[in-house]
Amino acid sequence: MTNPETAPRTLYDKIWDAHVVDRSEDGTCLLYIDRHLVHEVTSPQAFEGLRMTGRKVRAPERTIAVPDHNVPTTLDRQNGIDNEESRIQVDALDRNAREFGVHYYPVNDIRQGIVHIVGPEQGWTLPGMTVVCGDSHTATHGAFGALAHGIGTSEVEHVLATQTLIQSKSKNMKVEVTGRLAPGVTAKDVVLAIIGKTGTAGGTGHVIEYCGEAIRNLSMEGRMTICNMAIEGGARAGLIAPDETTFEYVRGRPHAPKGAQWEAAVNWWKTLHSDDEAHWDKVVTLRGEDIAPTVTWGTSPEDALPITANVPSPEDFSGGKVEAARRALDYMGLTAGTKLTDIAIDAVFIGSCTNGRIEDLRAAADVLRGRKLAQGVRGMVVPGSGLVRAQAEEEGLDQVFRDAGFEWRLAGCSMCLGMNPDQLAPQERCAATSNRNFEGRQGYKGRTHLMSPAMAAAAGVAGHLVDIREFASETA
Amino acid sequence: MDKFITLTGIAAPMPLVNIDTDMIIPKQFLKTIKRSGLGVNLFDEMRYDRDGNELPDFVLNQPAYRDAQILVAGDNFGCGSSREHAPWALLDFGIRCVISTSFADIFFNNCFKNGILPITLPQEAVDVLMDDARKGANARMTVDLENQTVSTSDGQEFHFEIDQFRKHCLLNGLDDIGLTMEKAESIDSYEAQMEQARPWV
Repeated sequence: MTNPETAPRTLYDKIWDAHVVDRSEDGTCLLYIDRHLVHEVTSPQAFEGLRMTGRKVRAPERTIAVPDHNVPTTLDRQNGIDNEESRIQVDALDRNAREFGVHYYPVNDIRQGIVHIVGPEQGWTLPGMTVVCGDSHTATHGAFGALAHGIGTSEVEHVLATQTLIQSKSKNMKVEVTGRLAPGVTAKDVVLAIIGKTGTAGGTGHVIEYCGEAIRNLSMEGRMTICNMAIEGGARAGLIAPDETTFEYVRGRPHAPKGAQWEAAVNWWKTLHSDDEAHWDKVVTLRGEDIAPTVTWGTSPEDALPITANVPSPEDFSGGKVEAARRALDYMGLTAGTKLTDIAIDAVFIGSCTNGRIEDLRAAADVLRGRKLAQGVRGMVVPGSGLVRAQAEEEGLDQVFRDAGFEWRLAGCSMCLGMNPDQLAPQERCAATSNRNFEGRQGYKGRTHLMSPAMAAAAGVAGHLVDIREFASETA
Repeated sequence: MDKFITLTGIAAPMPLVNIDTDMIIPKQFLKTIKRSGLGVNLFDEMRYDRDGNELPDFVLNQPAYRDAQILVAGDNFGCGSSREHAPWALLDFGIRCVISTSFADIFFNNCFKNGILPITLPQEAVDVLMDDARKGANARMTVDLENQTVSTSDGQEFHFEIDQFRKHCLLNGLDDIGLTMEKAESIDSYEAQMEQARPWV
C-alpha cells in the first residue's frame, strides 16, 4: 500500500482512505458508509433479514428511504396503488421505514421522487461521502465528489446492520473531456459518446473520474447526468471533483452543514481532487468539440452514435458483438444503413434519474414552446421529484408540455423501467431521456432510443429522430 | 448460504455478450418481497412467449440443458441493474456457477452473497468451455473451488483466480454480516473519530 500521507492520490483514493474502518491482510477493507439510500424494490428482503436475526438498523439517521420504482405517476395516485404487488412493496417500505426509524419521504410527500434526485435535492449527498443504495444508478451522486455505487440486497442488509461494506478497491480510470461542447450538445450526449467509445464493459473493475474543461463547465445537474450513466459504462462509480459549482449547489439545502460546520466542510472538500502525479490504471480522452448530439440505435447503451450517422450493420463489428448487433437490429426493427434521422417514433419519455431534473425539463420545454407533438406520437413528462414538479409549474413549464400534447405526471421512475403502469407496448418506439435501452426495459418488446431531453422533445415534434442543431434552425 | 466446494454438472452455453440483469430477471418479477421462487421466471422474455409457452430454441428449454447447473456466457455478463433478483433467479433455477470472460461488478458481488461462483477466464479458455457446453447433457463440467480449476468433460483443465476472502466465505458458506459484527469495536471507534473530524456528515 502507498503511504496515504505522502504518495500522490486520486480523488477515489482519498475518499477510500478516509472511510477505511478495518483492513484485512489480503487488502479487503471494511468501508464506512455515510449515507444509505433505500427504495421499495431492493430493500424488503433486507429488512426481513434484520427482523429474522433480531438486528437493528445501526445508523437510522444516515438512512433515507423513498418509494420510487413502483409508484404510479398518474394524478390520482393519492387514492392508492391498484397493482397489488406494487402496493405490497410500497406498504412494506412504509412499515419498515417507520419500524426501524429511518428518514422517510412517503408517496404523497412533496419531497418524494426518484431516490437519486431526492438525495442531492435535500442535501443528503455531500462531497467526500460514501453513498450506497440498492440501485445501480447510485453512481449519480458521484457528481458531488462522493464515492457512490449500487449494491445488491444482501449488501443493503449488511449496511443496515453494520453501516459498513466489505470492499476490495477498484482501479482508477480517468475520462477527460477537453475543450468546449458545441451548441446543442449536452451532458447526455457527452456520456453517451463516452460509453460509445469505451463500451459497456470499458469501466468494469474501475471507478471513473470525469474531468477536463467540458466536464468542469457543466452544471451540477449535467454532472449528475454524466455520473448517473457511469454504471452503463461498466464502472462501479463515477466521480467529479467538487468545486465552487458543487458548493453553490449544496449551500443552504435542508441537510447541508451550516455555520462553522459549513466552513470546516468546505475546507475539507477543497482537498478532494486528484493529485497531479496520481497513478491512473486507464485513461480515455475525448475532445468536447468532436461530440455531436448522440443517440442509441440498439439494445445496449454502447450502441451510441452521432445523430448524423446511419444504423450500422452486424459486419461492422467483431467477436461476440456481431451476433449481438444482429439480435439488436432484429429486436429494434431496424435495417442497416438507415439514416438515424429517418427512424420514426411513437412515444417520447422525458424523465428518470438521468434526465428528470429542472434543467432537463427546461431544455425540453424550450424546444416544445409553441409546438406540438407530431400526430400519433404520445408524450409523457415525469419530473424527478415533487419539488422539481413544483418548480416547473412555477415556471409555467407544465403548460408548455400540456400545450404540446404531453402528459404531465407526478414524480417517480415511471417508464424508465416500467415497474409501474407506465410502459411501452410491444414494438412501440420511444425517444427516451432515460439510461437503458435493454430489451424489454421500458415494456415487453418496447424499443428505446436514448438521447438528451432536447433531442427527445424535438423527435416528438418531428415524429422521427432529428438533429437538434438542424431542428432549431429549420423550425425557428 | 450453501457452501460451494466442488460442482460437477451440465453446463449450458449462452454465447451472447452483454447479457443484462433485465434479461436475467425482467422487472415484473421484482415486485416480490421474498428471495425464493424466481427460477421459473429466469430469462423470462427469452424463455417464454407472451402466453407463457416455452420457446423451444432457448437453451434452457432444450432437454439437454433443463437441469443445467453451470452457465458459460458471453462477455460482460450481468451488466445493468443491481437487482439481486438476478442471482436469486439463477440459484432458484439451479445454477451455481457462471463462467465468462468478464462480469459486471455488482452482479459479480451479488453472486458471492448467494453461494454462486462467478468464474472469469480468458477468451481462449471460455471458447473451449463453450464448445464443451455445446455437447449437451452427456458432457459434464467440473468446478473445484479449493483447487481453483474448471475441467471439461474430456478432462481439459483451466485454472482460475479468485479473491481469497470470497473463496473462504464460499467454501464455508459464511454470512458476511456475522463476520462484520465481530468488528463492532472498530466501527464504534471509527464513528467516534469521525464525530471529531467530520461532524457534519
